[in-house]
Amino acid sequence: MSFYDKYITYHDFDFDGFFGRVTDGDVQRALNKDYLNELDYLALLSPTAEKHLEQMAVKAQQLTIRNFGKVIFLFAPLYLSNYCTNRCVYCGFNVTNDIRRGKLTLDEVAQEAEAISCTGIRHILILTGESRKDSPVSYIKDCVNVLKRYFPSISIEVYPLDEQEYAELVEAGVDGFTMFQEVYNEKLYPELHLGGPKRNYRYRLDAPERACRANMRTVNIGALLGLDEWRRESFFTGLHADYLQDHYPDIEIAVSFPRIKPSAGCFRPKCQVNDKNLVQAILALRLFMPRAGITISTRESAKMRDNLIGLGVTRMSAGSSTAVGGYSHKSKSSVQFDISDERSVEEIKNLIYSKGYQPVFKNWHPI
Amino acid sequence: MEDSLVIGGRELRSRLFIGTGKFSSNRIIPEVVKSAEVQVVTVALRRIDFESKDENLVQYIPDDCIIMPNTSGARNADEAVRIARLARAAGCGNWVKIEIVTDNRYLLPDNMETIKATEMLAKEGFVVLPYMSPDLMAAKRLRDAGAAAVMPLGAPIGTNRGLRTRELVKILINEIDLPIIVDAGLGKPSEAAEAMELGAAAVLVNTAVATAGDPVQMAKAFNLAVKAGRLAYLAGTGAVKEYAEASSPLTGFLSDNA
Repeated sequence: MSFYDKYITYHDFDFDGFFGRVTDGDVQRALNKDYLNELDYLALLSPTAEKHLEQMAVKAQQLTIRNFGKVIFLFAPLYLSNYCTNRCVYCGFNVTNDIRRGKLTLDEVAQEAEAISCTGIRHILILTGESRKDSPVSYIKDCVNVLKRYFPSISIEVYPLDEQEYAELVEAGVDGFTMFQEVYNEKLYPELHLGGPKRNYRYRLDAPERACRANMRTVNIGALLGLDEWRRESFFTGLHADYLQDHYPDIEIAVSFPRIKPSAGCFRPKCQVNDKNLVQAILALRLFMPRAGITISTRESAKMRDNLIGLGVTRMSAGSSTAVGGYSHKSKSSVQFDISDERSVEEIKNLIYSKGYQPVFKNWHPI
Repeated sequence: MEDSLVIGGRELRSRLFIGTGKFSSNRIIPEVVKSAEVQVVTVALRRIDFESKDENLVQYIPDDCIIMPNTSGARNADEAVRIARLARAAGCGNWVKIEIVTDNRYLLPDNMETIKATEMLAKEGFVVLPYMSPDLMAAKRLRDAGAAAVMPLGAPIGTNRGLRTRELVKILINEIDLPIIVDAGLGKPSEAAEAMELGAAAVLVNTAVATAGDPVQMAKAFNLAVKAGRLAYLAGTGAVKEYAEASSPLTGFLSDNA
């Protein structure tokens, strides 16, 4: 069994027809339910549901506070290497882009860790480009061994691995996994991923499930919004999250909502995802999966992030740099994408307090 | 009349326990503790940052409270045991609330793993308070495994739905000779009072206080409700008749000598 089996059941589904038939009553019924089914969720993603956003927001806020409390979990990304063999048309690290490439030595990893941990951050998300030659699993493991001295929780956002490799990283001290399918639309996927191992749609699609089987504690998925029509892509992301939660009930499932950002390579997104659309996608997921983590990165502007606190979001990155070596002021590479919220961890912390929420830095203790 | 609750050799005056995971700021915790007059405060070990000065949750808990670390995040007995040992080693005392959740959709506890962890930790000298789904056989096994109290849920955690498991909790109160502490699901002070009237030894509340508009006032309201419920239980609530009385007594013939 794979999420793919679920995905293909919607191959011939007439999304536009469904959206055209959704009534205000359908949206209200979905809003009044405790447990939503897939089509309720899809109704909340419909254009019709846009008229009900305020009600969706009120319910999403209540559900989030009841389930998570008035807290926002904070983390920071740490780029280890930006060598990459893929040709993803939308990504700054695309192998054909003429950019500065770099990879941290273990000493530099320690310097970065020092700089980040001084800000109070306790959860770190480490990232690499896809290059088994430049950033092999053994290198990631070595970095984890350094980072363990600074951070009680370490997550990875690296190229897809085999289950055994995930298990090795879990053994080394990694407890969280993040991977974005980028685009669930299988037909569109090869047009956006022109070369490199990432062309293998199925291997990437099944990676979160392999991570679950390898006993990661947290598995975070997402679609890069803007690559294809967002209502459908959000729907498949939610179905994927729901599938994982059903099959791996003891894993904490989380969903990110990254909107495509400008980067090297001049890619123009095919679809617009405006602020209202992003909010609708987040609210619909919260109503569909009241217990799922929802992550918002510094891709979003300070203003947008301020307003998203209280609308279902539970996790935020803070004080981020998307360049290799970006924290200890010895940047060794270009950035993967431009971040929009450049505020420091301290500023984010104060902002969260001012919104009536508690910034939580530590939510796991290695056992 | 002296009415204290004894758990793990400690005599408690307060029958309200509170959780700390959902407050908008840890700084409010001392005031909440004061207004709730609580003596037992549960803290997730996963949240405690022993190295941080500003963010160490434990520093906000008054010294005269019993810190009851909980094993939130544990997915099996083995993880719960390791968390409990870490907490004790870090100086959090020997009380532990076992919380083992293998279901992230509803956050319902795993009774089987909880029984295993209770047995292991009780043998190691912990005062073990297991959080559980109210099931009589599981409660008996927890008792036999050495639990100091049994903590059935009133409703799924965070739902604020009240004492939905009333009938099952009532059976535990009748059958298990240990303090029964209703943990999770109580959303309003009246529901805490209901649990106490039923004969619960105490209640544990987090979401309802932490997410209230004014947590300090709500803590006070729960404090009063728990006291009222306990008093009512001790006073003996009047019988509530669920049936009508026949106008000619059905057993009247028994005293009829004619």
